[in-house]
Amino acid sequence: MSRIAVIGGGIIGVATAYELAKLGEEVVLFEKNYFGSGSTFRCATGIRAQFTDEANIKLMKHSVERWEKLEEELGADIGFNQTGYLFLATSEEEVEAFKANIKLQNRFGVPTRLIDMDEAKEIVPILNTEPFLAGAWNPKDAKANPFKTLFAYLRRARELGVDAREHTEVVGLEREGEAITAVKFRSNGKVESVKVDAVLNASNAWAPLINEMAGLKRDLVPIKAYKHQLVKTEPLERGQAEPLVCPPAWEDAYIIQDGEDGGIICGAGIEHEAKSLEDVEPTYDFLRGVLRYAVRIAPPLRYAHVVRQWAGFYAKTPDSNPAIGKLLDNFYIAAGFSGHGFMMAPAVAQAMAELISKGRSKVPLDWEWYDPYRFERGELRSSAFQIG
Amino acid sequence: MGGKKIVCRCNDVTVEDVERLIDSGVTDIEEIKRLLRVGMGPCQGRTCIPIVISILARKTGKRPEEIPLPKARVPIRPVRVEVIVGGADE
Repeated sequence: MSRIAVIGGGIIGVATAYELAKLGEEVVLFEKNYFGSGSTFRCATGIRAQFTDEANIKLMKHSVERWEKLEEELGADIGFNQTGYLFLATSEEEVEAFKANIKLQNRFGVPTRLIDMDEAKEIVPILNTEPFLAGAWNPKDAKANPFKTLFAYLRRARELGVDAREHTEVVGLEREGEAITAVKFRSNGKVESVKVDAVLNASNAWAPLINEMAGLKRDLVPIKAYKHQLVKTEPLERGQAEPLVCPPAWEDAYIIQDGEDGGIICGAGIEHEAKSLEDVEPTYDFLRGVLRYAVRIAPPLRYAHVVRQWAGFYAKTPDSNPAIGKLLDNFYIAAGFSGHGFMMAPAVAQAMAELISKGRSKVPLDWEWYDPYRFERGELRSSAFQIG
Repeated sequence: MGGKKIVCRCNDVTVEDVERLIDSGVTDIEEIKRLLRVGMGPCQGRTCIPIVISILARKTGKRPEEIPLPKARVPIRPVRVEVIVGGADE
């Protein structure tokens, strides 16, 4: 048994801590704020395999299969529901692009299909069909409750012996040669140190700071925080817009009915690089911008009330694909998820835990594609299909 | 509803729900808020948050003023979407 430190108490860190404990490892998990406070608890709840490249489609196909069994495995309600994703085309060119994506997704077993607007209207009763020509519909895409999911993983992790600490900030790493030997952390103003056999950097937007503590260049994995925002309406009757509905041509604007209370979550790809890692203030410009799109997608939303607006980070790499792999002999990274950490977590956590514990994994994760050293080599991947 | 003491009227959360969660080890008010959805309804926490803080204080032996308020979200009161987008259809 080895002692492994996981840095970052978001969904990736917590789920990987759980998977490591399942493999019999001793795990210490550090979260400097409260669990989920970074990006997980700010996400839009969506889970999709509708990507446009082989690596992300395969990884998400596997992740969705894990999601399907997660409530049973964790023994808790996590609000997982396969209500689908519906992308909408506004031009003939887009319809052709959708067809090519669908063909690729079908090749790897993702059951997306092109639907007409009559069918789209049945799936989303409040949809304005007029601006759209066709939809790409995958009924197996899904949503889940980020709060319940993270805590379900956390409870099981603790039952398996994980020492999970929140409000505990990692302040330094001790390195000998190509290995990290100890983690220094601060809790209640006191600095302590723990010897470790391996370390996982799962701190997403904060990952460059942890890499620097490991003696690596801060921009070796060039993750930047982009502020993304969401707006939510009061609860509406269920079944009005259960799938995530998105016309990519409209700045990736989307709506999705929250699985918990039925409010409509409205997002858009209106993003700005965050001024700092504390910059999560919502803006009026976004509120107005996103709602203008939302009422064009679903006109009855005009009469709903907005109850809340919040912001979080897409921790983005230059190609919007995460950095997953090994940085030093015993120092690993899974960060830079570019808005896809929540949906990818079940697959990535399993793969990462197997890599750390056994040196290899049976998860269909393309390690070369997500190689954290690709940026230094100047080998960018095709951009992962990002919305919102 | 007989006998239930409601803390949060927006999301029907009871005193027992709050106490059970605290007993399970969740004592950060930001986490309690998200798991029970207290303060996430249309009232924006005006009714429930002070009650949750007093329960949390009693259960953890802290003084209420030692417990920080959870982050307040805009808008302060619910606003109709049409007020924000305006009448103009661009």
